This record gives sequence, C-alpha cells and structure tokens, in this order.
Amino acid sequence: MLQGDRQGHAVRYHRVMPVEIDIVKVAQLARIALSDDELDMYSSQLADILEHAERVQALPTEGVEPTSHPLPMVNAFRPDEVGECLEPESFLSEAPDTHDGRFRVPRILG
Amino acid sequence: MSDLANLSITDAASGLRAGEFTSVDLLDAVTERAAVTEAHLHAYLTLDKDGARLAAEEADASLARGVDLGPLHGIPIALKDNMCTLGLETTAGSQILTGWKPPYDGTAVARLRSSGAVITGKTNLDEFAMGSSTENSAYGESRNPWDTDRVPGGSSGGSAVTTAVGSSFGSFGSDTGGSIRQPAALCGIVGMKPTYGIVSRYGLIAFASSLDQIGPFARSVADSATLLGAIAGWDRFDATSINAPVPNFAGSLDAGVVGLKIGIVTELIGEGIDPQIIAATRATADKLADAGAEIIEVSMPSTEYALSAYYLIAPAECSANLARFDGVRYGHRSSVEGTTEDMMAHSRAEGFGPEVIRRILLGTYALSAGYYDAFYGQAQKVRTLVRRDFASAYETLDVLISPTTPTTAFPIGDKTADPIAMYYSDVCTIPSNLAGDPAISVPVGLDEGGLPIGFQIMAPSLGEEVMYRVAAEVERLVDFTARPALATSEVTAP
Repeated sequence: MLQGDRQGHAVRYHRVMPVEIDIVKVAQLARIALSDDELDMYSSQLADILEHAERVQALPTEGVEPTSHPLPMVNAFRPDEVGECLEPESFLSEAPDTHDGRFRVPRILG
Repeated sequence: MSDLANLSITDAASGLRAGEFTSVDLLDAVTERAAVTEAHLHAYLTLDKDGARLAAEEADASLARGVDLGPLHGIPIALKDNMCTLGLETTAGSQILTGWKPPYDGTAVARLRSSGAVITGKTNLDEFAMGSSTENSAYGESRNPWDTDRVPGGSSGGSAVTTAVGSSFGSFGSDTGGSIRQPAALCGIVGMKPTYGIVSRYGLIAFASSLDQIGPFARSVADSATLLGAIAGWDRFDATSINAPVPNFAGSLDAGVVGLKIGIVTELIGEGIDPQIIAATRATADKLADAGAEIIEVSMPSTEYALSAYYLIAPAECSANLARFDGVRYGHRSSVEGTTEDMMAHSRAEGFGPEVIRRILLGTYALSAGYYDAFYGQAQKVRTLVRRDFASAYETLDVLISPTTPTTAFPIGDKTADPIAMYYSDVCTIPSNLAGDPAISVPVGLDEGGLPIGFQIMAPSLGEEVMYRVAAEVERLVDFTARPALATSEVTAP
C-alpha cells in the first residue's frame, strides 16, 4: 500500500514538474493578488525550488511514520478558569478599521 | 566610557554590584556605540531610548535598595523585531506590520523585564525571519561589522550585529533553520538554539511553529548560558512548552571534555563546504582530542536530505501561520475597492515582500490537494529519518560537531537572485531544527579574508548542559579574541 502510494506519487510528481504548477489557483488559495508578471516569476521560481525538493522523493520511507512536531505531546489541558484578558481597546486601537467595539471589514459578498 | 560596551555580561554584572558603574552608564555606553555604528551597520529598527533609560534608572534604584534580580539586572539587551513588546513597535521586518504596537509582551520579553534586563530596542531581520542575510528586510539590509560590503547573516542579523559591536551586551533572535547560529558564525560571536519547547514561543511572531525557537547571542559561552537561563521554562501560554525542570545550562562550563565522545559529521565536512572552514573545524576537533575527548567520525546520511525536507515543511507551516495577516485585526489594509476577500488579497500582496510571498505560495502548493503526500507528507517522513540518525548517533556519542555554515560572510547581493543558493546557507544548521535538539555556534577563527568562522556543537534534546560544557572548552582552547574594528571606539560615524 505504502509502496504503491509512494511510486504513484513519484510518477505524478515527475509528470507535473516543472510545467504544471497551477500558479493562479495557488495564489488564489493563498489570498495574494498578483499581476501576470509576478505570477510568471513565482511560477518559475517555485519550479526551481520544487526541483531541488525532489531529493526528498529519493529516500525510501516505507513504514516510516511522519513527524509533524519534535515533542511527543498530544493535548495540553489546563483548568477551565476565568483569568485576566486583554482590554478590547488595547487591540482594537491597532486595527485598520473598527465600529462599535468590533473589527469592521468591507462587504463580504461581491 | 565606551570601553564599557565591550564588557562581558559576567563582568558588567560584577562591576554593577561593586559600584564601579551604573546601569545608566552601561546603557549610555551601548547608546554611544550605536550612535557611531548604526550609520555603518543598520542593526536596529527601533532604539527605545526613553524606555531603556527608565528601565536602567529603575534597575539602579532597585539595586541601591538591595533588590537584586540576578545576572541580567541592569544589563542592556536587544531583541529581534519579531518578539512582541508591549507598546513598542514590532514589525517582523515587514511592511505589513509597519507601526504595529503589540498589546502585550511575549513571555521571553516579560521574563527578561522581570530579571531586570534593560531592553535597548528592536533589531533588523529578514521579513518574518525568512532569509539568511537580512537582505529580505522591508526596511533595508543590515551589514557585517567585519566587512560592511558583506551580509551579517540572518534572519536574526541585526541582533547578531549589536552584540558583535557592543551596541548591546547580548541579544535575542529566533532560529527556525539556523537564524541564530548562522549570523552568530558570520559575525564572530556565540549563538545558540535551545531544545524545542524549553523557551516559550508566546509572543514570538510565528514563522514555522514546529521549528521556531527563541535563543541568545552573546560574546562568551558563559553569557549565552546566563541569557538562556533568564527566559527558559514552562509557560502556560505556550501549549508546546516543556513542563519539566530546566537543565542547569551553566552547571558544567568548567568541567572540560575528558572522556566525552564527540562525533564529527561526515556529510557536513565535505563537498559544498569551504575548505578553510573544514580545516578550522578539523583543527578544533584535534584540540578537543588533545584536551581528552574522543573524536569519532560519524555518518548521518539523512542530513543530505534535511535541507530539501525543511524547504517543504517550513513554507507549509508559514503558509498557514501567515494567513492571519489579512488586513482585518492588525497591520496594513489595502485601499483597493472590493469585497473583504479582495481587500485581503490586495493587503497581502501590498504588505508582503517577495521572499515571504514565495514561501507562502510554495507552502500552499505543497499542502494542496493532490500534492500533500508527495511533498509535505514525504518531507515529514524524512524528518523522522533525520531524528533517527540523531538518536542513533547519541546512543554512543555525547555531542556532534560540524561547521556552522558552508561559507563565511558573503557579499551583499551575492545570493538575492538565487533563492536556492541562499537556502544552502543553512545546510549545517537545519538538521537540529528538524530534530528539535539544541545546538550552538562558537567562533573559532578567521578565514584568509579576515572573516569569522563558526563551529557548531549539537546535543540531544535537553542536552544543553553538555553542549555548553563542550562550547566552553572550545572557547578556552581556541581563545578567539579578535573583534571587528567597529567594536572599538576608534571608528567614528561617516
């Protein structure tokens, strides 16, 4: 299963690189408004970096568990007690726009 | 007065208590030094002259009352500008946070204040700590005090420079892939990254949360241990901080290395590393052997893949962490008309610099449907292999050694057009971040061009005591006393 997955991804990986990065979709997912020239530049740079990152594909990792974090901890619970909080004004005063004690944003729907 | 600025923290602390000078004198000394060096080096983004003055006066007053807060009481310390300081502008080197004043102190900052440290100001960095040269700062690069045409390293370049020239007595940075150790090496000082979880990340502006750690820059190994001691320990505001006793960092500084087994990492003393740096590393290893350590060459095959894995894991985490900069609660908001989503996309495009955008896009791609397993998933498995290599080495070895960097300080502009060449600067430091282990860089000499060379000591998780023990012995054996001309009072402002 793992073997099959790994080989499958390796094959797909080689096929998509370096031409098939859908940079428009990636920029949309990242919520960054880029010009066509910028999209071209980042697309080409990402391809170069991913080509380098291809090295990680070369290591056999069958049966290797992924590490997402250096510490073997799961949940860190604390007592559910009322404590001190920041005064709303202390952070609202740093916001670009507020109204009546809330953050204000432009219209949500287009 | 300006010679005061070159004292070690240890000597400054004893001089304060002996009444030879005051905390205000120490602050004046670093402020005078900064007045000369800043025009050459641009290490500080913000000098908090008023706040520091008040803190120094308070430190003097409390010492006079007999209240002694410990070894940092009254000592001027600089902070990387990604550490939140109550009411003091904190930019992370980014336009997106220009003018932002945090409503709270991060835990490390709060602990420094309560240990009596005098915070001089905030230092320059690569934007959001992403870079190895400080050239990615939105506010202009910092410069290397040994050669101002060269980079000081990064991302914590500004902090390293202040400690190297005496515009601080010590400073703090953050290390995600080498961002403390690499600039320490390039500036000829001591820089260390603690065990992941020893220092709270609360109030450190997040880059890659499973890798980021705050750590100190110092002019001596003993000072480094003192600075770390002031900020380490469990914090209820950081769920990933370790709830266990803090190691005694300075407990074995004089213990020597007799009987210690020290591994020199084969993969980090070969191809891609400057031969002068390899020679300095081997010469230092020979000195440790002469001093009674057993030096064993050890292969860590996964270190060759660590860099590639890191440049998938760190961008993936950064793409998630930096989602919070959306023009709603803090930071820059675009004036482009449109919906909230348009506002967010334009605010981010206007506020972030190219390296940050590059990494967000890379991380977004690596985490997106269809590519997750091949990139992020595979990188996480390589991370496991790196940890296994370290664990296996530490079954028989006390510490590992290597160069800190593949080159000494490189010219400004040399690598800005080639992200991969820049990323390679961290090839020796990244494995410890992936493992979550402590590591330190100690200066061991100058290359033919008169630029400092760093020597790295890596230790197992929570192994700071043995790491500092070896570092202190290296410091004694090498006796690196060279200082850049800018650290002396002979240099004047241009």
